[in-house]
Formats: sequence, C-alpha cells, structure tokens
Amino acid sequence: MTANSPSVFLLMINGQIEGANFPEYDDLYCKYCFVYGHDWAPTSGLEEGISQITSKGRDSPHRLVWNFPLEITFKSTNPLGWPQIVVSVYGPDTFGNDVVRGYGATHIPITPGQYVPLIFSSTPLSTPPLIKDLLSRHTRTIPMFVPESTSRLQKFTSWLLGRRPEFTDPKVVAQGEGREVTRVSSQGFVTLSFNIVTKDMKRLGYDTTATETTHTHTHPVAAGFGPGNQTLSM
Amino acid sequence: PRPQAKPVPGSSHSESSTMRQRMKDKLKAARSEMGLPTAEEAYNFFTFDFDPEPDEETRKGQKRRTRPEGENEEGEDGGDDDEEKEEEDKEEEEELFLIDQSADDFLVFKRAEYMGYQRRLQSENELLFTPSFLTVPASSKVPENMKPRYLEEEGLYVGERPPMSLTNQNILENRILKQEQGRKWFGDDGRIMALPDPIKESSTRPPLFHIEDDLDPALQTVYRKALVSKHASQYISVGGETNGDYQLDVDVSGLIFSHHPLFSQEHVLGSRLVQLYDQHLSRQHRNLTEHLTTKLNGLRNTIGNMLEVHGGQRLTPVMQQRISEYKQEVRNTRRLRDLEQEKDRTLLKGIVKIWKEIKALRDFQRFTNTPYKLYLRREEVERASDVREYEAEIQAEVDELLDEMEEDYQRKVTEYRRQQEEWKVWRRKQRAKNKKKKKTQSQLDDNEDDEDNDDDDRTDGEAEPGPPKPKPPEEPDMEGVEKQVSEKASRIRRKPGEPILVPELTASGPITPNEQCPRGEFARREDVAKRSIFIKVLYNDKEVSRTDNRSLNSDFRVHFGQIFNLKIVNWPESIKLQVFEVLGLSTTLLADVFVPVPESSILTGSAPSEELVFSSNLRVMFDHEAVGSDVPFSFEVDGSNRQTLLTSGKLSCSVSWAVGEDDVPLAPPTTQPNGLKQLDAIASIGASGLNDMKKLGEWATESRLDPNDPNNADIMQLLKVASSGEVTAPDYFRLEQLQEEFNFVSEEDLEQSRRFRLLRLRNQEVAEFRNYKFVPAMEREVTDKVFEVRSLREIVDTKGHLDAHRALVAKHLHKIRESIINRFLIAKHHFIMSDLVQEEQVPTIGILGLNLFKLAEPKRPLKPQRKERKKVTAQNLSDGDIRLLLNIIRAYDIPVRKPSVKYDTRSSSHVLNTYISGYERVRPFVEVSFQRSVLQTTTADGPNPCWNEDLQLPFSAPNGDYSTANLQSMKDEIFINIFDEVQYELGGDRGKEVHTRLEKHWLGSVKIPFSTIYFQSRIDGTFKVDTPPVLLGYSKERSLASDGGYDAVRSLTEGAFITLFITIEPQLVPGETIREKVSSAWISFESQESEGLLLASEVFERDAAVHFPDRPCLTTVININGKTVFITRYLRPLNPPQELLDAFPNSPQEATDLIARYVSLIPSLPDSVSFAGVCDLWSTCDQFLTLLAGDEEEHAVLLCNYFLSMGKKAWLIIGTAIPEGPTTYVLTYEQNRYLIWNPSSGQYYGQYDTFCPLQTVGCLVSADNVWLNTQAYTSPLRIRFDVTKAKLWKPFFSRAFPNPGLSSVQCITLHIILHLPFPKISLTCRIEKILKEKIMEWRPRNPTRWNRYCTSTLRHFLPKLELSRGRDVADEHRLELQSLLGDYRISGFPLHLPFSEVRPIVEAVYSTGVHNVEASNVEFALAVHVHAYPNNVLSVWVYLASLIRMR
Repeated sequence: MTANSPSVFLLMINGQIEGANFPEYDDLYCKYCFVYGHDWAPTSGLEEGISQITSKGRDSPHRLVWNFPLEITFKSTNPLGWPQIVVSVYGPDTFGNDVVRGYGATHIPITPGQYVPLIFSSTPLSTPPLIKDLLSRHTRTIPMFVPESTSRLQKFTSWLLGRRPEFTDPKVVAQGEGREVTRVSSQGFVTLSFNIVTKDMKRLGYDTTATETTHTHTHPVAAGFGPGNQTLSM
Repeated sequence: PRPQAKPVPGSSHSESSTMRQRMKDKLKAARSEMGLPTAEEAYNFFTFDFDPEPDEETRKGQKRRTRPEGENEEGEDGGDDDEEKEEEDKEEEEELFLIDQSADDFLVFKRAEYMGYQRRLQSENELLFTPSFLTVPASSKVPENMKPRYLEEEGLYVGERPPMSLTNQNILENRILKQEQGRKWFGDDGRIMALPDPIKESSTRPPLFHIEDDLDPALQTVYRKALVSKHASQYISVGGETNGDYQLDVDVSGLIFSHHPLFSQEHVLGSRLVQLYDQHLSRQHRNLTEHLTTKLNGLRNTIGNMLEVHGGQRLTPVMQQRISEYKQEVRNTRRLRDLEQEKDRTLLKGIVKIWKEIKALRDFQRFTNTPYKLYLRREEVERASDVREYEAEIQAEVDELLDEMEEDYQRKVTEYRRQQEEWKVWRRKQRAKNKKKKKTQSQLDDNEDDEDNDDDDRTDGEAEPGPPKPKPPEEPDMEGVEKQVSEKASRIRRKPGEPILVPELTASGPITPNEQCPRGEFARREDVAKRSIFIKVLYNDKEVSRTDNRSLNSDFRVHFGQIFNLKIVNWPESIKLQVFEVLGLSTTLLADVFVPVPESSILTGSAPSEELVFSSNLRVMFDHEAVGSDVPFSFEVDGSNRQTLLTSGKLSCSVSWAVGEDDVPLAPPTTQPNGLKQLDAIASIGASGLNDMKKLGEWATESRLDPNDPNNADIMQLLKVASSGEVTAPDYFRLEQLQEEFNFVSEEDLEQSRRFRLLRLRNQEVAEFRNYKFVPAMEREVTDKVFEVRSLREIVDTKGHLDAHRALVAKHLHKIRESIINRFLIAKHHFIMSDLVQEEQVPTIGILGLNLFKLAEPKRPLKPQRKERKKVTAQNLSDGDIRLLLNIIRAYDIPVRKPSVKYDTRSSSHVLNTYISGYERVRPFVEVSFQRSVLQTTTADGPNPCWNEDLQLPFSAPNGDYSTANLQSMKDEIFINIFDEVQYELGGDRGKEVHTRLEKHWLGSVKIPFSTIYFQSRIDGTFKVDTPPVLLGYSKERSLASDGGYDAVRSLTEGAFITLFITIEPQLVPGETIREKVSSAWISFESQESEGLLLASEVFERDAAVHFPDRPCLTTVININGKTVFITRYLRPLNPPQELLDAFPNSPQEATDLIARYVSLIPSLPDSVSFAGVCDLWSTCDQFLTLLAGDEEEHAVLLCNYFLSMGKKAWLIIGTAIPEGPTTYVLTYEQNRYLIWNPSSGQYYGQYDTFCPLQTVGCLVSADNVWLNTQAYTSPLRIRFDVTKAKLWKPFFSRAFPNPGLSSVQCITLHIILHLPFPKISLTCRIEKILKEKIMEWRPRNPTRWNRYCTSTLRHFLPKLELSRGRDVADEHRLELQSLLGDYRISGFPLHLPFSEVRPIVEAVYSTGVHNVEASNVEFALAVHVHAYPNNVLSVWVYLASLIRMR
C-alpha cells in the first residue's frame, strides 16, 4: 500500500459498550462480535469479546454499566459489507440458568468523528446543552430482542428447563436473510459509543464526512454513566 | 462511598470496625514476632468472643456527637487515644482467658487454610483502591515549596462553591491525588478547582401545576362551546363573520332550435341559411380580408421604400436581414389573405345557393313556412380602376413569387455546388485509393490499361457507399407562375368590373296561413302547436327550479326570460339546465346543458348572456311533413343526397353572482380549492400539459400571461427553453422517467469493468467466487487471471478429452449441473425456523421418563457406554482447529516378495533381505496423504502387519470458509497407500562400510473422500486395498489354515485388507441436506407423479426417518431434468450387449461376472460432490450409456436391469457402505444364496462375507415395490432378505395402497453401438505418449530411460490380462519376464482403469510413486492397452515397471 495510491482504506473503531437498560433483569454480561463483508478484514484489535457481569446499582435501578472497551481496526477495499457490531446479552434466570437476554446489532458509524458523552443529570443545567449535542452521532442505543418460543408449551418448558430459544449464531441478527421465519420479542436497550477514524476513504472515492463537521462543546464532560448526584464542573 | 469496606473506622460503624482493627493489630503484632501466629494465638483468634464494651462505646459515641463539625482531625486523634486504652483492657482480658488452656492437650489444631484471604487482600489491594476519608494535608495538594494562596483574601471574587460534604470532598481529594498528575486538579488555594454552583436557583421552565387562581391570565384556558359548522368539508368554508349568504342568479332567456324533429324541409334550409348568414355577418364584422390586404400593401411599400432609399447601393447585412424578414412576412400575409378571400367567396356562393334552393322549394310546395327573405345588394364599381387594381395585384404577386423562386434557385445552386465539390473530393480520394490498389496489383499484372482502371474505379465506387452525384437544380418556370397566379385570382376573387354583392337576410316574409297548406303540412303545424318547452335548473345535480311551459312557435324559438335566484350553501360544482319538451301529458328530456360556474367577478348585471349549444340524439319520426330527428331525408325529389339531422339548438342564458343590497357581491371568496385551481397555470391546462410544451405554449399565448409577473416566471422560463429547442419533450411516456439518471453506471461500463464483473459474480454465488475475499478497490488491480478459473470451467476443454464424444457429454453434464445448482442456490436461501433459532424440543413423556430413570442410574457403571462426542457447528472454526484423526490398526494379506531362486544363487550378496527365513518377506508401511500433507507409519514386518498407530493430519477448509455448505462440497480425498520398504546394499564390496538404499515399492491404496468422513463423522472398518492384479516381484500369499476359523471366512474373498479408524476432531455437525430443506420449504421439484403417490412417498420416507433414522430410505428420486420420479420406474429388464452374453455361452457365472465388470467399467462420476452431498440425479440406463458417466445409482440400476433380463432375481439395495457412504448396491438371489454386488467395482460378496463393504441395508427396491427394512439390525450379515415377511420388511405398496401400475421410464431395448467411432490404436498411443512425458516431467533431475525391450514384452501381457480379467496370470508372466530380463531387478505392476479422461490415469500413475526411484541406473517400461467393449466402454490397462540393472 503506497501512500500515493492506496488500494485499501482503514477504519479504526474505538468506543465502548457503555451499558444497558433491562428493567427486569440483573447480573447481566454481554458478548460482542463484528460481522463484516467479504472485502473486509480486521488488522488489529479484538473481534470478539465478553464482558464482566454487572449488577444494577442502587442509584440507578434500571441501568447496568459495563463500560466495556471496543478497539478494532479494519481494512477494506469496498464499503459493501460495512462492519456491524452484534451484541448479545446473557444473564441468569430465576433458577440460575444462564439464558440469553437480548440480541442486537448496529452498523459502525460511517462518518469519522468522536463520541460526545451523554450527561445524565436530574436537575436542569444552567445552560442547557443543545439537543444536537446530546444526541451525538456516534452514540447508538440498540434495542434488543430475543427469539420467541414457537408455542406456549414450548415457552413454558423452556422457562422451566432454562433452555430458552437462541439464535444458532448471534450473527443472524446482522443479516436480513431468513429473518421472516423468526418471531422475537423486544427486551431492553444497550448503549454503545464509538469514535471513528478512517484513512484513505476519500482517496478511494468514498466521501463519508457529513456537511456539518464542527461540534463545539462548551459543556461539562463526564464520562459514561456518571453518578447522578454529583455534577462536577470544571 | 461504601464505608463498610473501609479499614478505617467510620463514625457510624465504629463498633465493628474498631474491633476488626484491634484484631488486625494483634495479628500484625504476632506476625512481627515470629512471622506466623502460634497455634494458641490462632485458636484464640477464632474462639475469643469479642464482646463489645457498651460503656466505652456509648462514651465514645457521645464524645463524637458532642464534637463540633470542623474539628475532625482532632477527633480522629482522640479516637486513636481511645483505641490505645482499649488495647490495654483487652490484654488483661486475654490473660484471664489463658487459664483455660487444658483443652489444648486433647485437641490437635491444624492451621486453617486461611492465608488465602490474606493473599486475596493483597491481590485486591493491587487492584482496588479505597480512598481514605482523612483530610489531605494542604502541603501535598499544592506544588512543592509553595504556600497556598487564597484569592478571596487578595480581594478577588470567588464564587460560591457547590455544597459538598467534607467526607466526600476528602475522598475525592484522596482519589485524585492517587492519579498521575493529580495535582493539576487543585487550585492555588489547595482546594479542588470548582466553578460556582451550576444549578440554577429557579427553574427556567414555567411551572405547570398550579392552583387555578395563580395561573397567569394569559395562560388561562378559555372554554368555548363547540361550534357546529354549517358547511361540511365539501361546503364553502366560511370565516366567522359572514353566514355564507351567497347567491347565484341563473337567467334563462330562451332557446332557438337549429334543428327540431318538427322542422319542415324549408325550415331545415332556412336554419342553414341563417347560420351561413350569421357567419357572413361575423366575417364582415371582422373584415379580415380588408385588414390583411392593407397589411400586405403596407409591407410591400416598406420593402419598396427600403430598396428605393438605398438605391443601387450595397445593402448592409442588417438591411438585407430585415428585407428578407419582410419578404417572409409578405409571403405569410399573402397566403392568409388568399385564404380569407377564398372563404369569403365560398360563403357568398353558399348563401346564394341555399337561397336559391329555398326559393325552389317554396315554388315546389307552393307555400311558405319561413319568413326568411334574402336581398342581394349590388354595389357597382368603376370598371377601369378595378381592372387596373386587379392587374397590379397580380403583377405584384407574380413579381414576388418570381423573386422568391429566384432566391430559392440561388440557394439550391449554392447547395449544389457545395455538394458537387464534396463529391469531387471524395471521388478524387477514391481514385487515389484505387490507384494504390492498382499498384499493388500491377506488380503481378503490369499491362493493365487505364480503361480497366476506370472500370474498377466505377465498380469500387459502386461498391463503397459515397455521396451521390448531385443534380443541378431546375430553372424556375416563369410563365407557369404567372398563369398560376391569374388562375388563383379568378378563383378566389371577384372578377374585375363585377359588382360587389352584399347579402341581406330579413325575416319579414309572409307565411302561408294554415288553411292554405296541404294536409301534411297542416298536421305538422298542428303538432308544433301542441308542443311546449320548459327548462329545469339543476344545481349540483339537484333540481332547484324550473321555468314555465312555453309553447313552441312556428319559428322554433322559445323565450323564457326568467331569472332564478339561488341561495347557495354548497360550493357550486355544476349548474345544469335540462330542456324538456311537453306533449300532452308526457314530457321528454331533450338535452342537458351544462353551464360553467361563473368566476366570482362575474356579477349580475354585467354578465353577458351566453349561447350554449345543445343537441340530442333522440330518434323521432313523424308521418307528416316534418323531417324528424335522426331520420335520413332528402330535398331532392328522387330521394338522393340524403342527410340526417339531429335535434339541436342554442340555449341562451347567463349565470352570475348576485349583488347584495349594499353592492356587495354575494360570491364566495376566491381562495377556495376551485379558485386555486384556476390560479395554478399548470393545473388549469391539465397535468398532461407538462409533457406537451406546444400545448403549454398555446395556452400561454391564449391566456395572455403577463411575462413580467413573477408568478409566471417559471412558466415563462420553461416556455423560453422549450421554444429555443434545447429541451425537446419526448413523444413517448416513461413510467420511470429518471431511471437512467439513477443508474449507477451505464450498462456498457458495467459490462466492461472487471471489478464490477467480479462483484456481480460473487453476488450471484458462482462457485469460484462465492467467498472471494477482497475485491480490489481499483479497476486496475483486478487482473484477468481471476476469471481464468471460471472460463476454464465454462469452456469445456475439448483438447483434454481424447474423444470428441466425451467432450460433448461433459458439456451436457455441465449444463445440467449448472441448472440444478441454480435451483439449489435458490433453495438454500430459504430458511426455516431451525436454521436460525435453536430451540429445545418439548420433551415427550418418554423422554421425561427416561430422564427420570437416568437420575437413578449409577454414576460409574460397570459397563461404561461410549458417550457421544460434543458436536461443533462449523461456523466458529478457523484453520488449525480441525484435525483428521487416523488410526491405522492392521492389514491382512499384504503381498509378499517372491523369493527368487535366480537371485539367490547368483547374486545373493546384493540383496540384504534374503528370503531364507521366510520371515521378513515384506516390510510394509502406510503413507497417508491429505491436502498435501503426508504422514507415514513405522515399518512393520510380514504380510499381516499390525501398526496401531495414530496419525493426525491438519485440515483446512478451502478459502478458510468453514460453513456447512462449503465443507459439504469439499472434493479432497484421503489417500492411504501401502508401501513395501526394501533395503538394498550399494557397492559394499570393497570397503567395510555398507551402503544401503531404501526403496519403497507401492503395493496398493485406499481412497476415501473427505465428504464421506464428514457425513458419517467416523469411519471404522476393514477396507479392501486396491492392489494391482499383478505385482512384479511380489506374490499373494494364500494363508494356510493356521489362523483357524477366521480364515475360513476370509478365504471367500481375495486381496489385501486394511483396518482403519478415521474421524474428525472435533466432530462437525453435518449440515442438513438441501433435499429436506427443499421439501420443507415447499419448493418441491416438479413431478409427473400423481399427488397421492407423492404424498404417500413423503409419508413413507418421513415414517422411516422417524422410526429408523439411520436407515436410508428412498422412494422418489430426481431425474436428470430435475423432476421427481418414483424409484421403481427405473427398474425393468434390459438386455445386456449380446457380445458379452456370447463370450461365455457355457458358463452363466462367467457371463454374470463379465457383465458386472462391464458395468463397472463405465466411468464413475459422483454428482453428489457437486451438489453438496445432497441430491443424486438418477439418469435412465440409456442416458447413462450415452453420457458414459454416472454415479453408483446408475451403475446399480443398469446392473440390476441386466440381471433381471438374464432371469435372475435382483433388487436394488439402498443402504450405506464404506467408504462411499449412502449408496446403492444390487442384491441377487441365486442358488439359494443372496449375493451383494458392488456395481461400481464389479465385485460381489456373499451375504455372510465379513469384508462386504455394505454396512447398512435401508430398503430394497424391485420393479414393483419398495420395502423398508424394519428388522432390528441393519447389517447384511444379520438380516433376512425375505421380503415376503411383512414383519421384517414394510412394503410401500400394500393392499391398502396398491401399485397403480407405474410404467417404467427405461427404454424397452438399449441401443447398442458396436463399432468404435474412433480408432483405439491412436488412443493407446496417445495415452502412452502422455504418460511417458509426464513421468519424465516428474523426474526433473534424473534422466529417464525407457527400456524398449521390456516395454514391448509388457505390451504383450496386457491383452492377456484383459482376457483373464486380471486373475491367475501373475506367475506365468513373471516367469516369462524374468527369463527375458534376468539381469534386471524388476518391480512393477499393471493398473486397470475405466476410461473417461486422461487426467485420472495420470493421477493414478503418479500416486504409485514409481517415478520416485532414484537409482542412477534405473530404467522404466510403460505399456498401455485399451480394450473396447460395446457402447464405447473402454477399459484401460497401464503396465508400469522400473528396472535396475544388477551388475
């Protein structure tokens, strides 16, 4: 790959699986993997990972925090098959069996840019941040779902035995093919944040930068799901 | 903050914390003394009851509570003091406790494994950090050697910090300090930097929930009663104030019939006259002729003036331009004027003619019906001036015309010149070219003359298309023009001197009274008088009013003069007037007249009265004089010139908006939908106007759009562009007009680009590109090489096939395969639930019971059972994860080296391994090769060696794709070759050193396709080793009865055997077959079988799958056209080639063998590999013999059919065998025993043969039924083949479902081609040549010498081998060889193969490794023999030998 005429472009992703919102479940962990097309290959970083088990805190009774880092670099020749991240969440059921709690997938953002952290505050700020800044481009909240049992009896037995229906491969959720045969129920949400760096995209003729690229942030920054009662300002 | 996790006591949990602290201190003290606590201490530690000291604690608590807030540090100090005191107390207590030490003597205390906790603490300490509460000293917060600086004291404003508890602040400070560069978080004053409190005191959002009274009056909700709108949506929506008092005034003034059924003939003519006269009047009024004539004269004068002013001077180009424009104008005007004049003239003539007709009619019928009278007024003109004018006019016109023609001529001439010039140039070129040609020709033929040349020229010119020779334009015809003009003038103009006629029509003529009329006319008039007319007014299709009845007059004019005032509520959609005619009691609707809804600006008073034409197609006939309506009648007496008239007329009325009392128009506002519509220019001419620029232009000029109005800017722009011709509206209509704009690239680019082609091929899942990685981003990086693979496959290489016929077959097969693969690709993309979701089956009662039973079974049973290995789905695998495990156990009956008497006597010293002992007669080892990795076992001794060795071969899937589909379609094979290791001594005569050379001699091989292992997950058994019929230097040892009973079984078969166990580690889950998927997705193959049969077969197969999952069951198969066919249709007695039957007329057994051999010689071509092990295509026997390639099924069907025709009882066995996997065999019953035939090898086995490769019998198929094996066992050894036993075999067709009499798909007789279509000698030579070249190619380092003598000898053996089918000839011909080549040590063997292509032969030769001999003095011999059987079936023998000279 010469500097003058690159034959591949690079896509560097770092970010994190920040946490999840599963109102009914606790003690969950998640797995992630990437799904990408034939023309893509990871050059560095971890393609798959499994997080720690997180319990809900008392402060935020709905929020599970993993803050699980993602870091991977892809190289590619073709934007076809742009990488998707597939997240699946697992946790114990009433009997302590490890069951799946949700599958979800999202495309990696195609525009380079940084993650603008969300601020969770229970009281209004003196200068309310703009909505645009809060809903940053590179934060994704994926709705999660699990496959449904085919019948009520199945549902009952699967609940009893702790063997819920699962996708044969979590990567199924990143494809559209064959999904029509499944029935799923939605479960909760997982929040991801990304920082994206690309290299040589433009040289190969792919322009992904948005028209408005400047984000000016004058607002306080607190990482991840900060505790709500301390809004520190610096 | 989690205080309980902190070692430092907190204020609230001081009790337990202090205790723990004390314990810790104690432990620490003890450890510092001797490292570990003594047993006693440990005991104390665990048993000592730390009673809290209540008084102390309360005291301390009180102390704490009384302490003021800011003195935390001092408080801590105080606490420390307390602790010291407490420690003293405790020591006293311990001494008290020590008295009771006697228990120590009886008990042995072992150290508890407690250290783990410490270690854990330590490791946790490495990871976890617990910030302390203690206030951080100011010195550590500010940079060194600096004093804290307080801004507030310096008089600077410092905002109020957000409130924060001191503990939290301390914790935070401690935490920050722990970090690198933590100090930067602290300000100069040694405190954490902080902005003023960001939280606003008051909320920015207005409070929502308040008590009613407090609410801002502006925000107060006001309640209003719901309003019922007077007008629904379609009504006029009104603003609040007016109550919609709109009024339409409909003024119906009257109507005139232009035709009425009661018209008499005179009336018809009269109305026509009136019409013409009206036309004349209107023309007169407009007087276009006069206007145009004046214009023409004006233009002529202008041109004349311009020419006069400039005289003979040269005209400027501007002038010229203007003059030509004027001339053009003149021409147009003249044409228009002529048209108008002609119209005037014809109109006048028409009026006069009609009037004459009326007069004639009146005379004829002798009464008058109509009051019309026409006067023609003459206006005399001065003759002389008139003539002059006329002539001058003609002259002017002639001049102009001549002028124009001249101009035209000039233009044509210049055009002609130009063309001629062009033509000349072209001709010259042509000539030059020809000359050149001539020159080259003339080198051969010099004396060609010019004429010839010219001739050639001409022919060439004709041959090549060139510009045609232009013709000179014709001179304009001057005389003709003048004549034309005068002719035209006389036609359209008044003759000079003729008086001008002015018609005047009056309706003052007398009408003949009724009594003077004849009867018919009288009746008509009576009829007219009876009739009356009225008009209904309909508003929005509802009758709102009607006029009075008015009787019809003789002039057919009705006057109403009524005005209706309509107060309207609804938006006016239509206003309709209906004309009714009343005759007695009956009323008939004559016509509907629609009146346009007036614009709101049209008000009563100013509205003009409109004349609306109506007509009716009512057919009315009368028996009196009236002409009727829609009835043909004629004016002529003879009835010719008939015409038909319809009732029609004109209704004059006006509709307008009324004006209110205070001069307010009672019209709805124009901002209504309808009003809008009229404002929108495009909509008002209809949507089609968009596509029709012309129409739009017309509309624009008609409606006199203001081009300066910004509202019209778009249209004007559009019109401008359209008229300038830049945008031409297409004549056609496209549904997706912009499709081409949205195309990614044009079609041509898409075709040409290699990159796009690659991407498309991958998307279509073409086999070679299915998982192609990294399609390059740039076009230039895609090389043509990529496509070579495909093109190789696409174009069947006819060169590679020695036989044109086979090339055709291959082509055909390729086509079929392609279509079937496409079908499967579609099926593959259909998913079912189980593909995507893993779900536990609902446990049945049986399973539940079994599971309960399992709970009770012993944990470690005395007789352990083999557990199923965990299966791995193939998707998460990568290279190196999978290995192929081979356990090579033993082999039987390996050929042994033949002791050579000659060698022993003459040169025994050369052979180390003497055969004296008879022990070391062969040293076999096994070499396994798979995917280019080769492993071998150690060498064992003797003909029945036992290796028992594990070999692990790495496995990698092609393209790194471990999907099931890919693994299924893998074509790799495992080669297991048995070699003999021979040791030779080299030149050890002189010195003491002995050089030995190891040589390996190929003895036989076993091939196992990977797909078999994949589908069966393990292969375990004894296989027959493919050994050549003759192994030079080796002999098969007939084992004697020394091994006892086992040998008795073995002696039934001959040849070497090897026992193997092969499996894949980890076990892969074989994919579901597409056939099942296909059936489950209801994409069934087409079929000509009846529905009932298909259903029954599906049920039968499903039952079999449920009850006997491991028994293959086939009832329907897919034929070569991809249609489902019932399996029994394939079986039918077919006559084998007579030649084969005649070969052994006396021995039926021999003939049977020969036929089996013949069938086995048809090349095998597994289709399952290409169809991912899923679907076999069954071709009929004649197709099979034509294609000369097929699977086991085709072989089996053919063999079975032959057997049937020979009068044998024969069945097809659907079962599994090793190594083929699911396959088809043939079962025959003769001489009270069952024989199992392997159709692809021609071998047969007895039912009780241990080495029979058939392992499972699933079902039997005969020509009329299918039986499923329902016995307990599947192995042929343990089952009974008596299909009549209903207990043992479940028939498909039973009494309940009888065989409907399925006809066979096979032809009655097989067409047999006896003669070879090509000479076999040439084939022999070619194979031999190719093989020799290949062997030399494989030995690039060493010279390859061919021993001709040996070759020719071998060539003689081969036909004998063919005749004896490879049996019982070894000894004699080896003896023969040895006598001929006594000086050589010879090792070699013949290979026997069915012939399909050269490539398998080459591979077979290569796999024997004969070319690997490295001795310098080696020579080779190679002979090929091709034997032809009927139907182009060829058997190829290759005799291969290596010779080493002994001295």
